[in-house]
Amino acid sequence: MSSENKTQRREYKNIYVERDAAGIAWLYIDQADSSANVLSAEMFIDLDAAMDGLLKDPPSGLVFLSNKKSGFIAGADVKAFTRVHTEAQVKESIEVGQSMFNRIEAFGVPTVAAIHGFCLGGGLELALACDYRIVCDDEPARIGLPEVLLGIHPGFGGSVRLIRLIGALSAMPIMLTGRSLNARRAKQLGVVDDAVPRRHLRSVAIKLIKNKPLLKRKGILATLVNTSLARPLIARYMKQQTAKKVSEQHYPAPFALIELWKSKGGNDQAMMKGEADSIAKLFMHPTAKRLVRVFMLQEQLKGLIANDGGFEPRHVHVIGAGVMGGDIAAWCALKGMRVTLQDRAPEYIESAMQRANKLFKRRFKDKYERQAAKDRLIPDHKSYGIEHADVVIEVIIENLDAKVALYKDIEPRLKKNAVLATNTSSIGLEDIANHLENPSRLIGLHFFNPVAKMQLVEVLKADVTDLAQFKKGICFVRAIDRLPLPAKSSPGFLVNRILLPYLLEAVELYDEGVPMTFIDDAATRFGMPMGPILLADTVGLDICHSVALILSKALGMPMPSILSKMIDEERLGVKSGMGFYKYKNGKPVYGKKQTNSPLTEKEVQDRMILRLLNECVACMREGIVDNAALLDAGMIFGTGFAPFTGGPMHYLEDRGISETRNELELLEKKYGDRFKPDAGWTELHTYLT
Amino acid sequence: MPKENTANKQSVYVVDGARSPFLRARGRPGKFAAADLALQSAQPLMLRQPFIAEELDEVILGCVGAAANEANIARVVSLRLGCGDAVPAWTVQRNCGSGLQAVDTAFRNIANGNSNIILAGGVEAMSQAPLMFNRAMVDLISDLYQAKSVGQKISALAKIRPGHLKPVISLLIGLTDPVVGLSMGKTAEILASRFKISKEDMDAYAVRSHQRLTAAQNEGRMGEIEVVYDQDGKSYAADDGVRPDSNVDSLSNLKPVFDRNHGLVTAGNSAQVTDGAAWVLLASEAAVKQYKLMPLGRIVDCDWAGLSPAEMGLGPAYAASALLKNNKLGIADIDYWEINEAFAAQVLACVRALADKEFCRAELDRSSAIGEIDQERLNVDGGGISLGHPVGASGARIVLHMLKTLQRTKSVRGIASLCIGGGQGGAMLLENTNV
Repeated sequence: MSSENKTQRREYKNIYVERDAAGIAWLYIDQADSSANVLSAEMFIDLDAAMDGLLKDPPSGLVFLSNKKSGFIAGADVKAFTRVHTEAQVKESIEVGQSMFNRIEAFGVPTVAAIHGFCLGGGLELALACDYRIVCDDEPARIGLPEVLLGIHPGFGGSVRLIRLIGALSAMPIMLTGRSLNARRAKQLGVVDDAVPRRHLRSVAIKLIKNKPLLKRKGILATLVNTSLARPLIARYMKQQTAKKVSEQHYPAPFALIELWKSKGGNDQAMMKGEADSIAKLFMHPTAKRLVRVFMLQEQLKGLIANDGGFEPRHVHVIGAGVMGGDIAAWCALKGMRVTLQDRAPEYIESAMQRANKLFKRRFKDKYERQAAKDRLIPDHKSYGIEHADVVIEVIIENLDAKVALYKDIEPRLKKNAVLATNTSSIGLEDIANHLENPSRLIGLHFFNPVAKMQLVEVLKADVTDLAQFKKGICFVRAIDRLPLPAKSSPGFLVNRILLPYLLEAVELYDEGVPMTFIDDAATRFGMPMGPILLADTVGLDICHSVALILSKALGMPMPSILSKMIDEERLGVKSGMGFYKYKNGKPVYGKKQTNSPLTEKEVQDRMILRLLNECVACMREGIVDNAALLDAGMIFGTGFAPFTGGPMHYLEDRGISETRNELELLEKKYGDRFKPDAGWTELHTYLT
Repeated sequence: MPKENTANKQSVYVVDGARSPFLRARGRPGKFAAADLALQSAQPLMLRQPFIAEELDEVILGCVGAAANEANIARVVSLRLGCGDAVPAWTVQRNCGSGLQAVDTAFRNIANGNSNIILAGGVEAMSQAPLMFNRAMVDLISDLYQAKSVGQKISALAKIRPGHLKPVISLLIGLTDPVVGLSMGKTAEILASRFKISKEDMDAYAVRSHQRLTAAQNEGRMGEIEVVYDQDGKSYAADDGVRPDSNVDSLSNLKPVFDRNHGLVTAGNSAQVTDGAAWVLLASEAAVKQYKLMPLGRIVDCDWAGLSPAEMGLGPAYAASALLKNNKLGIADIDYWEINEAFAAQVLACVRALADKEFCRAELDRSSAIGEIDQERLNVDGGGISLGHPVGASGARIVLHMLKTLQRTKSVRGIASLCIGGGQGGAMLLENTNV
């Protein structure tokens, strides 16, 4: 039964509409010159025109779908955010979106959003304006409202409609965390009406339009929660929970959203208007601008492979099944690589396999996916995997002789095009490369611990490194869904090098009698995810010490003597139950908080952060990374450096270059050489364009 | 690669092989599903080849009783191994001969030019054999499912009696002949009587099996084993059923298990209930040349025989007799023997039968005795009694180990043979191509 001759088609620049024989209009969103759909101003113009066209001869139903492989709609046009400068401008564009979606909601015939893949932010808000939503469940779907990650909250009526649909208790956490849902979870929560295989998407949309099932109503609980009596109580609890994770001063958006619901949650129209007012304010807050910058940095790192010549790694061979090696292997298997994991004997691979199985269990609810990941990770103490591997990563002990001996054995066995990488953090790339038959093939791939949490991987090249191999390394890091940070090999690379003076200064402060908790609190209040003392304990003081020893030698950094003393006393940090803090079941025992600090919080923060900034400047001067944006990305994604600052270089700019330099000089006078401004300060403006 | 279109028999080589450690069942179901054992032992085997799994022509796996979620277990393993959608895989079942049948079929498919490279083997996770509801319970549950009203449901439930909860042990049923109703152990008892094998003979044989395996382990002759890892990451590198301190005195105290009053066969002189997998890689002459493979040896021939189910343990005598006859060989031409140790009584009965003129005349259509197998050349590194007999896997294991033995001793010819529940025997003639 062909209805081809009856199908009418209308085309716009970013949209086309087909009307089938049954009178159903299929509105395909298909952004011109892009692999993904975003809700740009142009898209709204086309949507408006398409709706006008449809109104002239109303269809029996309207289905929104995407013609992109990547998904439905990835969200708002984040790039456009940077062009908005006044509250009035924000309000204006918000109103365009709100009235468009109100128009869809009031369209008069059944509307369905048929979703696949990405359906984020404004994309979900569009879907929420439809009567029904269905999602394709045989490909990965990501449904959510992640606006909060950009320092704002939903603005096109999303907060109103999601709360109306599934109740505040389910809706608020989605918006407050920005976490996205998969198809199964979206259906469970009622965000979508059905999750079906791709092949059913059309027929289920037609069924919904024909049968017009009653719109789902939320339960009594959700209704009670939304009363003016309950909202203040629940809002207070939500604020408390949110404050445990982020401070309102640094991240106002989630608090503004809770406030919005608390004050206007009972009235859709008022809340819609409140949404626009609130978001306009948030847009003007510096945090939003900086978080948008962070988002763009992330996109920049993701986009690094765009111009590469199709390196598609499938098999990774990891040598060294310790914590790092084992976790790298498990991560690669999780992300679809076949992985062989080598160590001297099976017993050295056991704990890596155990941790890998736990990771797979946590990440895959589906037992077949779990089994497939498990099957991809092959323990290989006989080293059969090398000949097959597209990428070989060496993660053995930090000992040059041991590494050289290993490379001698493996280099002749590598596939011709295989990438050879070391995860060393304390031995120079060239020191290893010089012992290879072909020194140009070695790159550095520096993962961070814990691998499954830390998004960043430093991809390192030495002067001798072949650029093609380096690019393949970047490709590989993207292939396992991590963020590659291209950098030059030099002691500490980028992230550890910048972090070290900050940590050492914390130890100095401790040595001077500043209470540990005071130091850690000062850092977290600055916006660090974890205090430096706790961080040192977590990494392990022996590891900190050995890295610091190498770096302090190379960079002329003075080492606080207390570290080696503690190591002699077997105080190694979390793992030995005692470091700076005492640990019980891996958790620090704080005891009574001491507040009698000889220095103010600001002084403590400045001493740590200024040393960090000074090292940033040194790295820029040495060209460790190509530009300040990469440095910021590295510190944010590699250490969690306060994202709301936009990264250390951006923070430095905001703080004022000459002011900061002056402060450093003052500290130098007071505390000596370690605060001496780096030579790079004089030419700093050239890095910051 | 191109297949030779010739009706003539082509040479078939075994180019490599591997197996899992054989893990003794210890009461509860073991840590590994059958497919896991087969997969984990095949992964390193395939990784060390110069070709990839997708280049296999087929995968054939013997298995007596796969789990419900492992239907056509060969295909399950093949896909999980990364052979890809296009490589056919199928499972063969010939009871204890399943693993040997898989190798034989692979051998024939290459010999007649249909295939070039085949991964063949056997697997069994006997510890995973399910406990089942008995028939009365199944009827009761069926009635319950069909009951519509609450009253019907209650009256169906009310019929439950303690007897309903008595489970059916599928492993025991599997080890009982479904035609003559004898347990496998009883068939061994029958052979012991017929060939006048004493309990002392059996126990001495069992002790020797443990000693031989212990020596083989200590002297590094179990290199065919690949390490497997369980869900908790624990690694298993060796057959764990071996008892190095086994002795005749301790075995003599064991009670007969199959014929409790008058029998001789005990748990100590029978094969262990075990989980395991074994594989061999077979290749044509052309494949050997193309990939520059180093064959372990050649499969020359394979024969199968049928006999009374009540005397199934004599299967190797019948099959080996046919194999020798067809290849115009005598006992003296065979350097080493593997006769799978289902029961000490059964192996000894095979040895005595082949040396017995009357038996050879009456049963094997020979004019005289075939000859006495030198026990110094029989099961030289232990067998089912010491390392276990995962029924579907053993056939592939003895083929692989025979080839390793021939290579180690620089000998020429060996026979790998086993008895098969239901009254059959299989025997394969193997040749070392490196001497």
